[in-house]
Amino acid sequence: MTTPQKETSDLKMQSIGLNAWFGQKQALKDINIDIKANTVTAIIGPSGCGKSTFIRCLNRMHELIPNAKMTGQILLDGENIFDKNVDPVMVRRRVGMVFQKPNPFPTMSIYDNVAAGLKLTGAKKGKNLDAIVKRSLEQATLWDEVKDDLKKPGTSISGGQQQRLCIARAIALQPEVILMDEPCSALDPIATAKIERLVVELKRDYTVVIVTHNMQQASRVSDYTAFMYLGSLIEFGPTKEIFESPKNPLTEKYITGEFG
Amino acid sequence: MISNYAFRKFKNYFFFILCGICVILAVVPLLSILWEVIIRGAPQLSINFLTQTNANGGIGPAIQGTLILIGLTSLIGIPIGILSGIYLAEFGNNRYAVTMRSINDILTEFPSIVVGITAYGVIVIALIGTYSAIAGAIALSFILIPIVARTTEESLKLVPNSVREASLALGAHKWRTTLSVVLPSAKSGLITGTLLAVARIAGETAPLIMTILGNRYFFQGLDQPMAALPLEIWRDSLQPYASAQAQGWGAALILILMVLSLNIAVRVASGGRMKK
Repeated sequence: MTTPQKETSDLKMQSIGLNAWFGQKQALKDINIDIKANTVTAIIGPSGCGKSTFIRCLNRMHELIPNAKMTGQILLDGENIFDKNVDPVMVRRRVGMVFQKPNPFPTMSIYDNVAAGLKLTGAKKGKNLDAIVKRSLEQATLWDEVKDDLKKPGTSISGGQQQRLCIARAIALQPEVILMDEPCSALDPIATAKIERLVVELKRDYTVVIVTHNMQQASRVSDYTAFMYLGSLIEFGPTKEIFESPKNPLTEKYITGEFG
Repeated sequence: MISNYAFRKFKNYFFFILCGICVILAVVPLLSILWEVIIRGAPQLSINFLTQTNANGGIGPAIQGTLILIGLTSLIGIPIGILSGIYLAEFGNNRYAVTMRSINDILTEFPSIVVGITAYGVIVIALIGTYSAIAGAIALSFILIPIVARTTEESLKLVPNSVREASLALGAHKWRTTLSVVLPSAKSGLITGTLLAVARIAGETAPLIMTILGNRYFFQGLDQPMAALPLEIWRDSLQPYASAQAQGWGAALILILMVLSLNIAVRVASGGRMKK
């Protein structure tokens, strides 16, 4: 019996000639990346190369920083999200984000943290919050660990659990794309392994873009890899190709650990 | 070596004693004031003293007046102060806000008698035409607003930016983020700052002389002169009669107890934060 497979070759997001600045300092130079639906795209590169700036452009979080500026185009399902009549708030509902440091809302319980997105955006009307919270925590593989403690503060669980709580909070809104900005950098190896397994599972339902400084992590979880250096995209392609036969000597140097 | 060690030990001891003496110097006046007020004020306390008018040997109107003033001033001043503080902390990244912030800082240090004279000129003479309770509340708001705005801004700035980003990245609007995420995170700081500001204005005397004037009877309307504890203390202390002076001591004790209970409320509010 054949079930209709999701079309995996269609483009979810496209970065076309993207430039970004912090004041006078140009952080991104002419970035062109195609992000395919239901894949994991990893962004690697040394510190300060613009990885985080790039994914913060994908949900227009970059512009929240004073004096920050960006030009070029980011297409989400073919529509330019930098367009004048596009509300950044609506972009962020479709493109969720998980941050480097776990940042659950300190005043809210575990339950309320997961439900926060629905409550804050007024999207909870006519929805079964309990079911959504349960489903999101299950998807984030956290449900079994916290199901008896849903009323406890979101900050009372371990760092790794907090990060999965933040992932549950992001997927509760059922975004189309999930951006992850070095989600494991503050976590121990066991928690990291759990998040990595989770990332691979998430791509069934979502498109994932993950920034990481850990090349093994990129090779383990991603389908496509982009290597960035000093604000420019050096090489982009299927992860296997980038790691096994990089075309650019700079990529090869970085991957073999000669610098970075 | 030994003598050097002994000298260092002596220096340590010397500074310890010096600090101790300074603490005593600072606390002795405060304690002696408190002691004197309790000794002289406590014998005055009775149900009659707390509930009757001056003619019947009580300070009821002054207690009622001060409570009304605190309530009215809070009603006017706290919302304006907190909203200004929110503006300065969350939207204050522009030249207008920088100017407002420095004006606000100057207002915080403003002599209260100047505030009183301003309120007298603007409200008592120009707007209402008589000494009145509402004029007093507005004058005290002038003092309350900058303090509340400042403490609100300070406590909101203590909320880490990552919390704001988390909310914005979920697609929440800025106002919703401020209201539902940032404000609750700063709650105990807000309550503490506001209560301390209210305690500060509860004891203000100078603006009241110019605005509510004082009254021998209980509350007669917002547009009428009203009694208040600081005024009662001030007037009683100027009287040559022992009975009036005794009433003043009693009023002082009541006022100190009110301010003290506000301070205890602050302790309770911020104690909750530390337990978390």
